[in-house]
Amino acid sequence: MSIFLPHFPATFIITGDPLIYGAEVSIVLATVGILFVLTYFKKWGWLWREWLTTVDHKKIGIMYLIASLLMFFRGGVDALLMRTQLIRPNMHFLQAEHYNQIFTTHGTIMILFMAMPFIFAMFNIAVPLQIGARDVAFPYLNAVSFWLFFLAAMLFNLSFVIGGSPDAGWVSYPPLAGLEFDRGPGENFYLLSLQITGIGSMATGINFMATILKMRAPGMTLMRMPLFSWSVLASSILIIFAFPALTVALALLLIDRLAGAHFFTMFQGGNPMMYINLFWIWGHPEVYIVILPAFGIFSEVVSTFSGKRIFGYSSMVASLMTISVISYVLWVHHFFTMGAGPGVNSFFAVATMCVGIPTGVKVFNWLFTMYRGRIRLTVPMLWAIAFIPIFAIGGATGVMLAAAPADYQYHNSFFLIAHFHQVLIGGTVFGMLAGMYYWWPKMFGYMLNERLGRWAFWLFNIGFYITFLPQYLLGLMGMTRRMYTYPADMGWNTLNLISTIGAYIMGIGFIVLVLDVVYSMFYGERDVTGDPWNGRTLEWSLPSPAPHYNFARIPTVTSRDAWWTSKQARARGDAPAKLEPLQPIHMPKSSGRPFILSVIFFIGGFGLVFNWYALGFLALLGVLISLLLRSLEYDTDYYVPIEEVEHTEAALGRA
Amino acid sequence: MLQGEHYLVFRPVGPVGQVEKDLIILSIVLVLIVIIPVILLLWHIVWRYRDVPGNTAPYDPEWSESRVLEVIWWGIPIVIVGILGSFTVRDTFFLTKPPERTATPLTVQVTSLNWKWLFQYPDQKIATVNYCEIPINRPIQFILSANGPMNSFWVPQLGGQEYAMPGMAMRLWLQANQSGVYYGHGANFTGSGFAHMTFHVIARPRTGFDGWVRQIRHSAPVLTKAGYQNLVHPGVVAPMAFSAYAPGIFETALLKEGGMYMKRDLTILGRSHSHGGT
Repeated sequence: MSIFLPHFPATFIITGDPLIYGAEVSIVLATVGILFVLTYFKKWGWLWREWLTTVDHKKIGIMYLIASLLMFFRGGVDALLMRTQLIRPNMHFLQAEHYNQIFTTHGTIMILFMAMPFIFAMFNIAVPLQIGARDVAFPYLNAVSFWLFFLAAMLFNLSFVIGGSPDAGWVSYPPLAGLEFDRGPGENFYLLSLQITGIGSMATGINFMATILKMRAPGMTLMRMPLFSWSVLASSILIIFAFPALTVALALLLIDRLAGAHFFTMFQGGNPMMYINLFWIWGHPEVYIVILPAFGIFSEVVSTFSGKRIFGYSSMVASLMTISVISYVLWVHHFFTMGAGPGVNSFFAVATMCVGIPTGVKVFNWLFTMYRGRIRLTVPMLWAIAFIPIFAIGGATGVMLAAAPADYQYHNSFFLIAHFHQVLIGGTVFGMLAGMYYWWPKMFGYMLNERLGRWAFWLFNIGFYITFLPQYLLGLMGMTRRMYTYPADMGWNTLNLISTIGAYIMGIGFIVLVLDVVYSMFYGERDVTGDPWNGRTLEWSLPSPAPHYNFARIPTVTSRDAWWTSKQARARGDAPAKLEPLQPIHMPKSSGRPFILSVIFFIGGFGLVFNWYALGFLALLGVLISLLLRSLEYDTDYYVPIEEVEHTEAALGRA
Repeated sequence: MLQGEHYLVFRPVGPVGQVEKDLIILSIVLVLIVIIPVILLLWHIVWRYRDVPGNTAPYDPEWSESRVLEVIWWGIPIVIVGILGSFTVRDTFFLTKPPERTATPLTVQVTSLNWKWLFQYPDQKIATVNYCEIPINRPIQFILSANGPMNSFWVPQLGGQEYAMPGMAMRLWLQANQSGVYYGHGANFTGSGFAHMTFHVIARPRTGFDGWVRQIRHSAPVLTKAGYQNLVHPGVVAPMAFSAYAPGIFETALLKEGGMYMKRDLTILGRSHSHGGT
């Protein structure tokens, strides 16, 4: 790059560090490799037609999944680097500045660029199929959401090699993150990439809320809808009401940094506490945004693999919605120690404890779904079962943290770190992995390998306990978070060593997971029925993978667990319903504009990182033109002719 | 096991830490009431209802409601939250008051700097860096602020932490009832030197404390305005002591950074100079 920009200082391209050199070289090699492969196999057309311009929710879901696994890798490497640095006191593996950048990127990537895309992958793959719809309410917007996320992730990752990564923590509190103490571009990368991906997330929330409320198959009342779709509805409502707070917090801090304003500065009347409030008004609902879909997946998986209806469906719905409402009034528990006063702290403490109640109810409902069922220990079910003790402990430590005076001792210590990793990994990650294994055959037409899946599961699960249980104890011993090293005489050495070993075991588990994915691409057992698990919900009534229009005929639903009911009726010998004649199917057209729009955002974001306002302004123009062109576009859809539908269905072995 | 010498949170030496520890123990007991049955139930259920040939356990695929069970698992957590919530509210209010009403508090002004802690004693007129001494059996009123990024002041064996913020003066009550040297650290990330923001609190009997103050007044150098600017400059330093400090250092930094938010903080500062207890 520097040959094209010779007049920029050497700090533009990061030099002088072996890890970063390695990354720069790998990025160049990987890029060249990808370009070469695409050209050699003449796949550019295919890439553009099938992936870059698609508005098909199934493909968008797959792209979200791939991106989240790639980001999981980077976030995981960050974690291993940190744990290696902490394996013994006074290690010199990472200097302070590096460690600080790494914990910042680890947290940001895991929450915003791994967990969010992972849940969006599940939303996209499953929801339209579960509710008997042919796509989401706004397919073009769906593609916009994905590409905005993807290019935002690229922008964030670019900071590692150009300009420098952010280093003020994933929460980025001013005044540390303001111009007074953090002059470099790294923090700007953080603010701009989060802002861009936030737009995509908000659009996804709107999209799925509209889809679920308006596009369910006839007869599928809300109380007959699968619980995963309910959890997506709850999560989407949270997204819509929480993300604006983040947008404002990031925008004001960006204005402080780019234009020298004083919203959050130390001097001239700025108030950093306001950022903290705004950030956490988003930040608390955010963690519920990522956990509710996991709860939804567990409901599907536990019910299917217990061969039994979910226990307490109405109670499960009520608790999902209660959790999402209560989660709005908890945010101050992230800063009990900021001195809000006893009345405020008391309110938020008790409210936080209250949110544990509906959550606990769900755990009991899952247990009693398994009770008197017939439990099949498939890989998705293993993840679901392992979630229960981890989440029980994680939730319990959450209630402990909620007691504000106790939190004065736990805050920002390793006790806190252990708690949130427990609920985020044991809850969200396990849930998404369960969902990935569960819906993989529906996406790709073959199963993931069971044996490799078990190995990955056990390594990751056991590694998890070894990594994080010692950290509760470290917190009680006074170890604070975000310290790149620690003294040798505090008694923390052994537990840190054990924790690091556990982290490596988790890393190996992740590698085995990737091996499973790669192995299964070549040798995975084909799913010829479309219903490999003997499932209960409508997605299993379709072939695997589903045809691009999903349902040749939209089903009419008469109960919960619609597919199960249908199978029971057939088994009883009930006369099948008369098949409606096929109609032409109304589908949206692909478009390259979402991808191009996101590239424009990337360019504008990159420009603003370095205060190059001209580039930012040009990008803004580009965005406006793109919006204008879209609004003037009338040729947005087409009809799949009946012959094509018949032909496709016959080829898939369906009537 | 948890009484090992390194479990600082479980070895409080004063009333504040003790209140917090008691609440922690209560919360552990209460949450175990839920966790233990959950884990035992899970174990039993997965074992008993596995889909293996010859399993004679009942299979009830349509059973999905039970009023009794719902009452139990809504009811017991509500009671637990009620109990824990009441003690939490009680202790939250309790900790805003001085740990003892009878003794006269000692005031120490604390400033988080990059990357060191400055302690100023407005009544004794001395200052220290990266360590402070306090008398035992006397409530200490730490007035926390920062001339730099937001930090948090934490001495686990004395009690919980509170944020030290630029432009704000936050009051934290702590007390040591046993002599000793207690580990303290910053608890909110402030940048590259953050890991080095260790400090120690040395608690001595009253005569020892008074002797220490006298000794500092006689032998230590003075903290001038220029010296203070040196401390503000980023860097890590060894512990220091000063026999006197330029007047108004603490208040000036506070005003410059806090301007409009000063009213409440001025009141805290004003009260901190009185000798009238609360």
